[in-house]
Amino acid sequence: MQSTNHEPIKAVPLRHPIRWVVALFLAALSAAFVIDAAHRSAYDWKSFGKYLFDSRVIHAAGVTLALTALSMFFAIILGISFAVMRRSPNPVFRSVAWLFIWAFRGTPVYVQLVFWGLLSTIYHSFFFGIPFIHINNFYLGFHQTISQQFSLFWIAVIGLSLNEAAYMAEIVRAGLLSVDSGQEEAATALGMSWWTTMRFVVIPQAMRIIIPPTGNEIVSMLKTTSLVTAVPLVTDLYARTRDISAETYNPIPLLLVASAWYLFFTTILMVIQYYVEKRFARGHSALIGVAS
Amino acid sequence: MTNMVIAENVHKSFGNNHVLRGISLEVARGEVMCLVGPSGSGKSTFLRCINHLEKINSGRITVDGTLIGYRESAGKIYELKAREAATQRSGIGMVFQKFNLFPHMTALQNVTAGMIRVQGVNVSDAEIEGKKLLARVGLAEKLDHYPAHLSGGQQQRVAIARSLAMKPKLMLFDEPTSALDPELVGEVLDVMKELASTGMTMIVVTHEMGFAREVADSLVFMDGGVVVESGKPGDVLSNPREERTKSFLSKVL
Repeated sequence: MQSTNHEPIKAVPLRHPIRWVVALFLAALSAAFVIDAAHRSAYDWKSFGKYLFDSRVIHAAGVTLALTALSMFFAIILGISFAVMRRSPNPVFRSVAWLFIWAFRGTPVYVQLVFWGLLSTIYHSFFFGIPFIHINNFYLGFHQTISQQFSLFWIAVIGLSLNEAAYMAEIVRAGLLSVDSGQEEAATALGMSWWTTMRFVVIPQAMRIIIPPTGNEIVSMLKTTSLVTAVPLVTDLYARTRDISAETYNPIPLLLVASAWYLFFTTILMVIQYYVEKRFARGHSALIGVAS
Repeated sequence: MTNMVIAENVHKSFGNNHVLRGISLEVARGEVMCLVGPSGSGKSTFLRCINHLEKINSGRITVDGTLIGYRESAGKIYELKAREAATQRSGIGMVFQKFNLFPHMTALQNVTAGMIRVQGVNVSDAEIEGKKLLARVGLAEKLDHYPAHLSGGQQQRVAIARSLAMKPKLMLFDEPTSALDPELVGEVLDVMKELASTGMTMIVVTHEMGFAREVADSLVFMDGGVVVESGKPGDVLSNPREERTKSFLSKVL
């Protein structure tokens, strides 16, 4: 074709009548729901407004956030450790990691939390030192009664993070497997130790695969914290709003309050995840060709 | 002085697959040796045994007078600790067919990674050295580029610079140009020629007979896990004595 013939095509765009019909139907349905909800007395929007920024609710939201952050922090550290251990040349590490994942992924988190809550009933005290040897009933070591040592909050953190660590370990393992074996080989040939290879070559590349499902896990953890009532810890967002509604005999607006806070947090997490994913796409995105 | 590499009766099996069936050869200091042979002949495996990426089943390999992968004491052989084996490897450079650059690092970071993480050189000194090495392989302009944005030839040159950064006494090349588009082969071979001219001891597994003829001091033809024939490249390539060498060369030349 001649280069002079550069006129853009003027075609009649394809019509999508069914799309329009479906969209209009859904819009009408949503509008009807919103208008109805706004006037429905059971939702009690006045109470919703009153309790949304109630100091007890805000404090409880903080507890939920702290539970999520701490549990995920420990879960990620442990998860990476277990995943790396499963790839270790050391068979003891491999077996320990396998056993941990088997036990903690194989039982429900609710059941685990109840167990952790009963820890002080099962084990009355905690002793760290040389076993069996004692002089006049005086043991060499550190001795502590469990109920004194652990608050319910930390029991909840331990319970949540150990359970989550098992899932994180599997996510990290998939990430590590995604890294080409030539990478480990090249690092080894440079004289890097196994750990240096993991730390600076394999794990950074695995992050690209690990981050999207981890974001998912954080969102999931935020919601799983509502199960800490099994410990029983009752200061988190869900338990707190439920307690308030037990006083007011009006559960629905407080459920809405809790949901609003959960949604607020998950929305923020989604935004953070977007930026973190971009950061770890280094060297893989056509947009980021040159380091700044 | 002893030869740089001495291999004595090296055997290697993967399960029932007996890949190396008694390889014995010596590489002098400053010598460039080309290993050629059909695929599956064991040349790459032998190369990987030299820096202990693969464990040999019997025989012995020494580099610069040091036994590779093991330690001899009072007539007994002990396996090296991982750290000791790593130290041995850091003195032997290796260049791979598929480059194996670290994709999350820039060209400069690739070159400095070994200096910083293995030798403990501080970052600014490593970067000065890294820039010099990248300039030497003709990539002074590409310091901040990620591997994905370099051509295959450029990536392989970064990989060579990455190995040289460790100041190796021996360089191993495992089919360094086999994954390259034909027009990019020359730039990598030029870097290797320059390296050979500086007196670096090199073992090169290759199909580039032109390079072997021009640059190599010796040529070894392997087939079926044994050395079939070796000698001056000109002699082996022009007047092969063995039937297997003749039939291989007739296919590749």
